Amino acid sequence: MKIALLGNPNTGKSSVFNMLTGMRQHVGNFPGVTVDKKVGKLTINKQRHELIDFPGTYSIYPRSKDEEVVYNSLCDETSDDYPDAVIVVLDAANIERNLLLFSQVYDLQMPTLMVLNMSDLAKKKGKEINIESLQRQFPEAIILEANARVRMGKERILEALENLKERTGHKFLPEHAIAQVDDVAAQEVQTKARYNKITQCIREIEQIKEKKKEANKLDRLLVHPILGYVIFGLILVVIFQFIFAFSTIPMDFIEGSFGSLANWLASTLPEGILTDLLTQGIVPGIGGVMIFVPQIALLFFFIAILEETGYLSRVVFIMDRIMRPFGINGKSVVPLLSSVACAIPGVMSARTISDWKERMITIMVAPLMSCSARIPVYTLLIALVVPKQAVFGFMNLQGLVLFGLYALGTISALVVAVILKSFIKSREKGFLMLEMPSYKRPHWGNVGMVVVEKVRVFLWDAGKIILAISIILWALATYGPGDRMEQAGQQATEIAQEQNLSQEDMDRAVASARLENSFIGIMGKTIEPAIEPLGYDWKIGISLITSFAAREVFVGSMATIYAVQDDGEENIPLVEKMRAEVTAEGKPVYTLASGISLMIFYVFAMQCMATLAVVKRETKSWKWPLIQVGYMGGLAYLGSWITFMLLS
Amino acid sequence: MVEQLPLSKIQDGESVIIRSIDASALKVKLMEMGLIEGKCISVLFRAPLGDPIAIDIEGYVLSLRKDEACMILVEPQKQVHS
Repeated sequence: MKIALLGNPNTGKSSVFNMLTGMRQHVGNFPGVTVDKKVGKLTINKQRHELIDFPGTYSIYPRSKDEEVVYNSLCDETSDDYPDAVIVVLDAANIERNLLLFSQVYDLQMPTLMVLNMSDLAKKKGKEINIESLQRQFPEAIILEANARVRMGKERILEALENLKERTGHKFLPEHAIAQVDDVAAQEVQTKARYNKITQCIREIEQIKEKKKEANKLDRLLVHPILGYVIFGLILVVIFQFIFAFSTIPMDFIEGSFGSLANWLASTLPEGILTDLLTQGIVPGIGGVMIFVPQIALLFFFIAILEETGYLSRVVFIMDRIMRPFGINGKSVVPLLSSVACAIPGVMSARTISDWKERMITIMVAPLMSCSARIPVYTLLIALVVPKQAVFGFMNLQGLVLFGLYALGTISALVVAVILKSFIKSREKGFLMLEMPSYKRPHWGNVGMVVVEKVRVFLWDAGKIILAISIILWALATYGPGDRMEQAGQQATEIAQEQNLSQEDMDRAVASARLENSFIGIMGKTIEPAIEPLGYDWKIGISLITSFAAREVFVGSMATIYAVQDDGEENIPLVEKMRAEVTAEGKPVYTLASGISLMIFYVFAMQCMATLAVVKRETKSWKWPLIQVGYMGGLAYLGSWITFMLLS
Repeated sequence: MVEQLPLSKIQDGESVIIRSIDASALKVKLMEMGLIEGKCISVLFRAPLGDPIAIDIEGYVLSLRKDEACMILVEPQKQVHS
């Protein structure tokens, strides 16, 4: 049996879903839209059923393209997701508004179950619900109370699903049929009639003992014109501190374990192409996917808490007006700020933006925010070309340059957003109309489920693309045309032997010579004429190509090319080698001009296949990630070229 | 004839009754959020810059942009001081 789960936003629908299905859920697709379909498994008396979690809506009539799935699935019997029964979750404290959706669904003549959720909160607000009179209005529905936050009501719901009431044609609003999806006039007439009838019977259904205004003292503080922003800023600082402090530990662990796994495999398996593929392509590739998991998990842990407590809607409230001139809205703030840690969870959290156009703009500009993967690149290059000197007596020039790079990323994100605003066409008019739920304590089970779901979606959907690209990049770096690489390696060995180098130094020299003659090395040399105007040589060209996998790979590639051991954060030997590098004419390769130009390149360029994979996953098309690579690459080239011209 | 004003012009803390909503594609959506003619609502607070505004509709808080609030004509209620 297929069961649909419906309800207004903020009714605790996801709590009900989690309570009923536990960990037995997976994410699928609704046809034609970008919202995810969460499907959970239910077993009642050894019978397996499917519970489909629909997006939270106030009505079956959609107000955005993504909400159309509700109408299309419920009103079209030929739809793949047409349910055999429907569960509608209602917030007992807001019964009047919630009854609109319920009565619409009830009139569709499917066996219907009403779950009155959070009646304890309603009682606190002085509202009590008379189930008997509710039942009189909807005689063919099963009505029961639950409190999913404390896992109360699961047995009752399962039992009710077993004994569903047959529908014999009773309707709440017999004189109106459900309107066509695009017939707004009919929808208006019907909504009015529905509310009239609800208003007539609400007095019997809901006893209001005392009227309490929602004006909350906390709101006075959190949306205060000055304090509101200060508090939001402080919360962000704390979140980022946590992410940077705690994600490095598991990230180092993941990096280390995959490194040792690759080494162990390399030493135990027989030598050959398959072993190389496994130890240099597949295992590091999977490691390259896993490395993002700590940041994704931590960021969504915090976002879920902010969402659960109700604070997130206040952030949207105070930021909306400020963001609107840029073609985005208050809901874009969290995705953009998350992207400072990592664009991947940032793009994934843009899911909450209901307006399609604003969501696309947010996703398109999010990778311009300087993420943590740029930090190793920036620190290496700053140490290389920016002198350590004080500015105005107290500021450090190197620190100032780093700040400038972050500022440049943020400003360009906003500028590009303004430009995209006039390019992306949308028939939908942007609107806010956001419910601000009352403050609640976070439900840890729900927070955990959000983290698990986001990590799972990333691993499966984006992970396979990342893995594929890493294998391609590995193959390009490992193989070369004919026996060029062999010869180069041999030559390097001979030279190293002549110079009496240690085994380690010799290995590095050989690796460097081989990389130079691999396909990637040849590609790096081929693009040299194109990147020369930016101040780069072919060695940088190789690193630009390899770091398409991820920006921080730049440092590792440079280390291989210059045949040095990467000493982690310090980079001192690499910096020295790069500083000593000269062109054919004897001038240094890394000057202030070429160094800054390279930094500018990394501010703009979409050098991250994982983000690309996630954008593909979230927009469900290759069109958007490709546009992104194009426009960001264009900006990077132009920006670096102008910088180099100005500084040299 | 009692004076009718767009909701966007109402001061924080004032209670009003919804009289009509401008005809537009958004009208149904506003109705679905609980903004129905005859309903008593009150303005709670505004975001910095005066937009969006937060209103109370029988115990739940809804935030609306100024241009959405402009579409709702309301009648101020006589202030009852207790």
